[in-house]
Amino acid sequence: MSLQLDFPAVLERWPSFLAGAALTLELAFFATVLGALIGTLAAVGRGSRSALIAGACKVYVEAIRNTPLLVQIFLVYFGLASLGLKFSAFTVAVAALTINVGAYTAEIMRAGFEAIPRGQIEAAEGLALSRLQIYWHIILLPAIEKVYPALTSQFVLLMLASSVCSQISAEELTAVANYIQSDTYRAFETYIIVAVLYVILSLVMRAGFWGLGLVLFPRRRRLGTPL
Amino acid sequence: MGGHLNINHLMFLGQGALWTIGLSVIALIGGGIVGFVIALARISPLKSVRIASAVYVQLIQGTPLLVILFLGYFGLAAVGLKVSPLVAAGASLTLYVAAYLGEIWRGCIQSVPKPQWEAAEGLALSRTQRMMKVILPQAIRIATPPTVGFMVQIIKNTSLASVVGFVELMRSGQIVNNSLFEPFAIYAIIAVTYFAMCYPLSLFSQRLEKRMGRGRSNLAPA
Amino acid sequence: MQQNSSPSEPIVSLRDVQKSFGPLRVLDGVSFAVQRGEVLALIGRSGSGKSTALRCIDRFEKVDGGEIVVCGHRVDRPDVDLRALRQDVGIVFQSYNLFPHLTIEQNITLAPCAVKGMGSSQAKDLARKVLAQVGLEEKLHAYPEQLSGGQQQRAAIARSLAMQPKVMLFDEVTSALDPELTAEVLKVIEQLAADGMTMVMVTHEMGFAKGIADRIVFMHRGKVHETGPASILNSPTTPELTQFVGTGNLKS
Repeated sequence: MSLQLDFPAVLERWPSFLAGAALTLELAFFATVLGALIGTLAAVGRGSRSALIAGACKVYVEAIRNTPLLVQIFLVYFGLASLGLKFSAFTVAVAALTINVGAYTAEIMRAGFEAIPRGQIEAAEGLALSRLQIYWHIILLPAIEKVYPALTSQFVLLMLASSVCSQISAEELTAVANYIQSDTYRAFETYIIVAVLYVILSLVMRAGFWGLGLVLFPRRRRLGTPL
Repeated sequence: MGGHLNINHLMFLGQGALWTIGLSVIALIGGGIVGFVIALARISPLKSVRIASAVYVQLIQGTPLLVILFLGYFGLAAVGLKVSPLVAAGASLTLYVAAYLGEIWRGCIQSVPKPQWEAAEGLALSRTQRMMKVILPQAIRIATPPTVGFMVQIIKNTSLASVVGFVELMRSGQIVNNSLFEPFAIYAIIAVTYFAMCYPLSLFSQRLEKRMGRGRSNLAPA
Repeated sequence: MQQNSSPSEPIVSLRDVQKSFGPLRVLDGVSFAVQRGEVLALIGRSGSGKSTALRCIDRFEKVDGGEIVVCGHRVDRPDVDLRALRQDVGIVFQSYNLFPHLTIEQNITLAPCAVKGMGSSQAKDLARKVLAQVGLEEKLHAYPEQLSGGQQQRAAIARSLAMQPKVMLFDEVTSALDPELTAEVLKVIEQLAADGMTMVMVTHEMGFAKGIADRIVFMHRGKVHETGPASILNSPTTPELTQFVGTGNLKS
């Protein structure tokens, strides 16, 4: 039982690895932004007075959370194709990832909304603010601040999950790894390098979110206390 | 274009679903045993053990499951072991589940109220006795809802075993599609099947969580 | 439909108001009126319905029967214009309910800008003015958590004042405060009364009620038992009020 590893042979492919990592981050970025938007809308929709809207949002969330991402990606991929629409693998990947992370974000945001004390909403109502204004000024940012760690984790998980997009030929990091290992016959080394790269990407993302938190939450930046 | 979906196809898919459940159980048991060890290691009095287990968890949680599956598959081949896709997938999933369950359980152990730890110490129980008789029984109660919730994750994650050739539900679907060429319909059926397996567990986990919320108030000190 | 009330009409009037929470009858035919510039104190045991009655005035509870008219708004009707009502009525809560993620200045300028469309610099001037009124000018850029309870409550009063309401409602605003912080809040309320603000307050502070209230309304089990000038606390006519005053329910 011998293990002969040859890392240099694989490491010399670093431009490809870098390109794959960049695409992974791109996928994660677009899916995060769009998914956060959709998730927030779905969370607001869950609280809607219209039973139809609230029900539709619940169906969306439960359907996504109880099916694998791989199946969702294939459904989006083949669904779009059967409608005659031709999109790049990148676009399809972003669409599927957005739909997926939107559902998880909706649940997290909903918990954030429910954590806002009723008294503050009453105070806002007493000041004649409209329902929409109350969401925007009083509920949204404090809710995001409360659930920020959960949101950050979710989006990092999204970046890791983007590896599944290799199955529809999006050229992200795992797809690059698959190609390189079949080219160099050094599968183990390739995937070790890629694993390390993903860990680095996770750290980069967490750092990015930490910085974003400083910008979004001035009170926390000044006082250092949780909400 | 291909034939029509008939009962044989559905039975084939059904077989795949059974293998999905089987692999999930393997991952749960294997990952559960290793995860338990990890959870205890994370709170060990020995610093080196704490650090080693923390590094393990960070590495696994920072790597996509697909990459871990590839590592298991090719890694075992690299050391000269010829294993079936089931064993490769089972081993990879075990390592993956162990990291996540270990973290969940560690959190649950640590959320047993501090007065309980102190009461057990005050009764002069050894560390093992404290864990076995006082802390773990309570931690198990706290851990049940998130563990049931994580079982949903395990079932969904088994779909990736299809990529390393294990014929579970997802792979069965791909095989059926290769003869029928009706991908959207087939994957829709597969999605519904996964939903049927996962949603009841999700509901159960939520119900446990609510019951925990009510029951906990009984544990509050007088 | 809203008209400015003429001087002789009460600015707040409740007539035979009914409200139940399930099987529990909380308000059982409550009637009273408040004239412009008057200070009315609502007192009673816990469960007497006084807080509920107050909240009904600003439509935080819907009534099951009876009539409520506030600044010309028919509050008991389902189609009442809430936005207009709440610009005419200011309410201060027991738990202050300042917005923790905003500075005091932002807390105060939020509603004037968002509801009345006031310009940013004009709103900031207004904020400075109302904070000076409650004695907190230096706390303009602080966050609520940096203020004491009494300061937070005064800031909450300033926040309501910034909307220039015609009526102010106070719902047990000193009950959550330590005794030494209560005085500073009562001083602010006293000054507001002297400046002619119409006020309805639910309070346990008997000495304070006696001092500044023009009229007292004593509620018991959802009904108004006695109403009259502050002197009724010294010479109650009904057995319930006699018992209430005697048992130290109020802080003198």
